[in-house]
Amino acid sequence: MSTITPDVERSTREELGSGKRVPGEIGVWIFVLADLVIFGILFAAVLVMRGDDPAVFAEGREHLSQGLGLLNTLILLTSSMFVVLGVDAAREGRGSTARALFAAGVACGLAFIGVKAIEWGGHLSDGFTAHSNDFYMMFYVTTGVHLLHVVIGMAGLLGVRAMVRNGIDPQRRALVESGGIYWHMVDLLWLVIYALFYLAV
Amino acid sequence: MSGLLAKPAFRVWLFLAAATVLSWWLGADHGLGSGEAVIAVVLVIAFVKAWFVGQWFMELRTAPASLNAWFYAWLVACATAVVVLYLAG
Repeated sequence: MSTITPDVERSTREELGSGKRVPGEIGVWIFVLADLVIFGILFAAVLVMRGDDPAVFAEGREHLSQGLGLLNTLILLTSSMFVVLGVDAAREGRGSTARALFAAGVACGLAFIGVKAIEWGGHLSDGFTAHSNDFYMMFYVTTGVHLLHVVIGMAGLLGVRAMVRNGIDPQRRALVESGGIYWHMVDLLWLVIYALFYLAV
Repeated sequence: MSGLLAKPAFRVWLFLAAATVLSWWLGADHGLGSGEAVIAVVLVIAFVKAWFVGQWFMELRTAPASLNAWFYAWLVACATAVVVLYLAG
């Protein structure tokens, strides 16, 4: 199957003469950049609140499981690699390989949720809820909003997986790439959340 | 393995995983006493990792400069705010 993008579409997504091309849909980038800004504000809020009560944040961080935080970071990084390879396979017309790689990405997403459930379960059974203190409020809000993005990203990957049954349809190339871009944003945000909550505050 | 190593995605993943383990070692009270300066470096490493995800996984390295500029603007602003607020806190 040809993966050549039609000229009409290409002219709208390439800068003339530069050979550069917007990966995915323009719309997904607007969404991604807006999400990055919202999370950036959340990160700043966490640190401002930490400034008001550093002891509560230091104590909260010490209660987090370093091992589970590290494990979940490695899980999401691995899922991103599967998705990059999946998008490449789809663009090269290798539909069954692409489907397997997207499925592996989704499986990593499920593993991330499983680890998060164990982690949250442990904190809740220790009596730490979002109302316990500012650290736990920001921890549950930030990781909870991120978890919502994980679930949306997994739904996107399953949608993409269904699109590449016979390789990639040129009209759907940008949609497939968009599913990947959204998933990588989920990964990127977690890299900062991990450093901030598990290592810094 | 050599086939995998030929793929940029795999090499970038290796780098990101190594940087993650290094950050954990530095930050999780295993390293250099985890003083403020060490943790500031750990935060900077997180944003360097984010840059690699943007360039190599989100394919910004082959995207038009205008799109890349928006991503850079966020990365620099967010990294600066996080490191400054951390050190000020």
